[in-house]
Parts: sequence; C-alpha cells; structure tokens
Amino acid sequence: MLREVLFAPFSDFEFMRRALAAVIALSLGSGPIGVFLMLRRMSLVGDAMAHAILPGAAIGFLLSGLNLFAMTTGGLVAGFAVALLSGLVSRSTGLKEDASLATFYLASLALGVTIVSVKGTNIDLLHVLFGNILAMDDPTLLMVATNATITLVVLAVIYRPLVVESVDPLFLRTVSRAGAPAHLIFLGLIVVNLVNGFQALGTLLAVGLMILPAGIARFWSRDVTPMICIAVGSAIVSGYIGLVLSFQTRIPSGPAIILVASLIYLGSVLFGRVGGVLPQLFPGRHLEA
Amino acid sequence: MAQLQFRDVTLGYDRHPAVHHLSGEVSEGALLAVIGPNGAGKSTLFRGIVGLLKPLAGSISAAGLKPREIAYLPQIADIDRTFPISVFDFVSTGLWRSVGIFGGIGAAAREKIAQAIAAVGLTGFEGRGIGTLSGGQMQRLLFARVLLQDARVIVLDEPFNAMDSKTSSDLLQLIEHWHGERRTVMAALHDMDMVRAHFPQTLLLAREAVAWGPTAEVLTSDNLAQARRMCEAFDDAAAPCAPAQSSKAA
Repeated sequence: MLREVLFAPFSDFEFMRRALAAVIALSLGSGPIGVFLMLRRMSLVGDAMAHAILPGAAIGFLLSGLNLFAMTTGGLVAGFAVALLSGLVSRSTGLKEDASLATFYLASLALGVTIVSVKGTNIDLLHVLFGNILAMDDPTLLMVATNATITLVVLAVIYRPLVVESVDPLFLRTVSRAGAPAHLIFLGLIVVNLVNGFQALGTLLAVGLMILPAGIARFWSRDVTPMICIAVGSAIVSGYIGLVLSFQTRIPSGPAIILVASLIYLGSVLFGRVGGVLPQLFPGRHLEA
Repeated sequence: MAQLQFRDVTLGYDRHPAVHHLSGEVSEGALLAVIGPNGAGKSTLFRGIVGLLKPLAGSISAAGLKPREIAYLPQIADIDRTFPISVFDFVSTGLWRSVGIFGGIGAAAREKIAQAIAAVGLTGFEGRGIGTLSGGQMQRLLFARVLLQDARVIVLDEPFNAMDSKTSSDLLQLIEHWHGERRTVMAALHDMDMVRAHFPQTLLLAREAVAWGPTAEVLTSDNLAQARRMCEAFDDAAAPCAPAQSSKAA
C-alpha cells in the first residue's frame, strides 16, 4: 500500500520520473542561491526578479509560441537586463539596491503585462505563468540540468568573494576588486535559476524553491555549508512529497511542491534548533560558563 | 626613505575638502599618531591612503605599494555580524592577498591563523560565530586579521574606541611589535596620554596640517587650541579654492 503511494507513480509513469529528475536538478541550483539571498537580506529581491522576467518570457512567447527555449532566452535577457541595470545604478549612484531594483522590476512587470494583454489572454500563457513540471520533454529537462550544473560550478568559483562581501564588504574593497563582479555574477545566477524554476513552477512560484528551503535551513544550522546542504535536501524532499501529493490528489504540482515546503518551514519555525519557537520557550537550564 | 608621500593632496566629498592641501611624508617604519578634533579629516585621510577615496587634487603615493597592499582598520566597520561565519574563517580572510579567490589554506596557513588568534588573546574562540563576540572581542578579531595581512603599511582608524584598558594595552603591544618590525603604522587617536607615551611622531590635523613632527613638539597647547578653531568649516557656498594656495608642509 505504502509502496504503491510513494513509489508506484514514479515506476509506472515516465512523466513522473522526469518531473522528479527536474525537481532534484532545480533544488541543487536553487538551494544555495536561496541561502545566499537570505544571508545577504535579498530574499525579496528574488521575488522581484521573478516578476522582472515576465516581459522577456512574454516576448519569447509572442515570437515563437509555446517554445520553452525562446521563452527561456527572453526571460534570461530581461532578467539579466534588470539585474545588471539595477546593480549598476545602485553601485554608481548610491541608491540602495532594493529601491533601484524595485523601480526596474516594476517597469519590467508593467511592460510584461502590457505585452500579455495586447496579445490577449491565452490558456497556454497561463500554463507558462504557473509552469508545468509534469510536461518535461527532453530539451527542457536537459536545459534545467545544464542550468543547475552551471549554477553550482559558477557558485564554487565566486564563493569566497561572495562570502567575504556578505560579511565585510569594506574589507573586500580594500584587498580585492572581486566584489563587484562577484555580486553581478550572483545576480545573474539568480536569474538563471528563476528561469529554470519557471519552466517547472511558473514565474509566480519559481522563487519558492529558493526562499523556503533557505528559510528552513536557517532554523537548523549556524554555518553556511550545512545551511546549503539542508536547503538542497529540504527542497528535494518538498519536491518529492509535492509530486506524490499532486499525483494522488490532483492538486496542481507546482503549488503542491511549494505548499509542502511551506509546511516544512512552519515545522522549522516551531521546532528548529537555532532560534525556533519551542526551543526558545523551553531552553533548558543555563550553563555554567 | 619615505613610505608614504602626500603631494599637496586634497580629499573630500562633493568637492568640499575634508583634508585640504596636505603635503609631507611618512618615513618607512614610522609610528605616527594622527590626532585632531572630530571632523578634522583623520578618517578621510585614511580612506584616501587605502584607495577608497580618490583625491580631489594632488596625490598620495606609497613607495610602490598598491593601495590594496595597505592594511586598514576602519573606524566604522561595515560588518554583518549576523552572517554565520566562524572566528577562524573570518580571521583567515586576512590571508586574501596571498591566497586570493582560489588559493588553498594549508597546514602552514592554518598555523599562522591560529597564531594570529592567539596573539590577540582569542584562543578557544575559533569555532564561535562572530555574532557571539562582544565589542572588544570583535576589535581583537579585527586586529588578528590585520596581523595576518602582513602589510608593510598599517592604517588604524580610532582602534581603541570603547576599549577597556586591558584590551587597549594588549593591542598597543601589538602595535609596538609592528613598529619593531619596521612596519609603518598610522593610527587616529584621541587619548593624548597614550600618544605621548607610545607614539614618537604625531600629525595634528584640522583639515590642514596644524603641526607634524616629533610628538612633544606637536602636542603644545597653542597647537591644540588652533586645531579646535580651524575645524568644521564646511561652507555650502564656498568658492572654488585658488589653484596655487601654499600648503602647510611638515
């Protein structure tokens, strides 16, 4: 019985196996990105970027219909444009990063909605806005896996400047020029992973697989490396349970995955070893030294 | 030999000078106190030395050293102390110049890091997160990182603010040790007794150099009174400075 519920969907149906592969690849890329977003107090930046992708995806859709490659390229171009422009504006004028990004993403969102409404509502476009992880064809799956691989490799390269810039940006500026490039590359990685996620979860929920696992990890560890591992692990678990849930109950797969992640997050808020509610209420006797 | 040379340098913000027409040199191995009232331009001068601020006019040269090769302890550190990083890892960033982005940290480097942590009296704290340290411990931590930077020129901006006497005297010993190694050390300070006791050279700054030389000759009541009068003359409607104004040399 249990075997039927938990494993049969994947052994019986290829589209479920593909979905599982996709969600694992997504988790590997989004987990670490989300942790750095959270540690740099940029969680909402991820959300803003997700909106910024919209006009690019819409233009890709207008040009070549429901072609995921075209839409991904469009999303990447729009996302990079917004990320780079807002990054450059905040670095060269002293406008805070959040304000700078907010202006650019709102402009981008307005443009996207305009493009969509000119073309008229379309069930296919809705499909894309909310994603469909159950319709992963070979090229799409390959692209998701490639993007995740790129993310991990690039993150390994910029890891040290990224960490030091997060802790002590002034110090990094006095010893190295790597801070600004690392920051811009990181913004680029956010876009790559959002576009990756929007194939599976849609533009609205793509950011969920970044932020929620990072939030979960924050309640279980005080160190960056374990945080990243916990984030990836909880994203994969959410993906797996979400897919099973979606298969058995007909809840759409994207929301199911994010809802499961939200439940794990709620549990972490309550029981998390690092700053969770219950451990704070019942901390045990104080120590000798 | 001059380690740092200021050639009629003016540093400031939005064209308003905070350090005005400063000329002079700091010789190699000097231990120099930089004193002056609040707003005298001490921090601005240091930011200019380490390349965080471009001079509005004139130039600063460091005898072939790049600004990045000068160790700098800022007065207001921009450190995110909630970031989950351990004392050991934080101090290890002081090795940046030798390991860079990709270099490994081997056994020898680990030994160096442990020694730096021991030198500031933080042994036993290696695994703690930096968020758990007190203000004084944090300052010790920053000194350990400067120690690891192994720089020929070290610039310390009010390093003893809010330090208890034990911490101050421990860290002062470190500074004197650097002096003994013929490193060039500049420190912005407010404690005149400390300056008299430990710093052979002093620069009294009040936007312009009021006096610069052996500490005993600089710290006269006349000079100090003059410095107080000259400070904080930030005028929104100031006219452009005449190009050939003479400077107060050392």
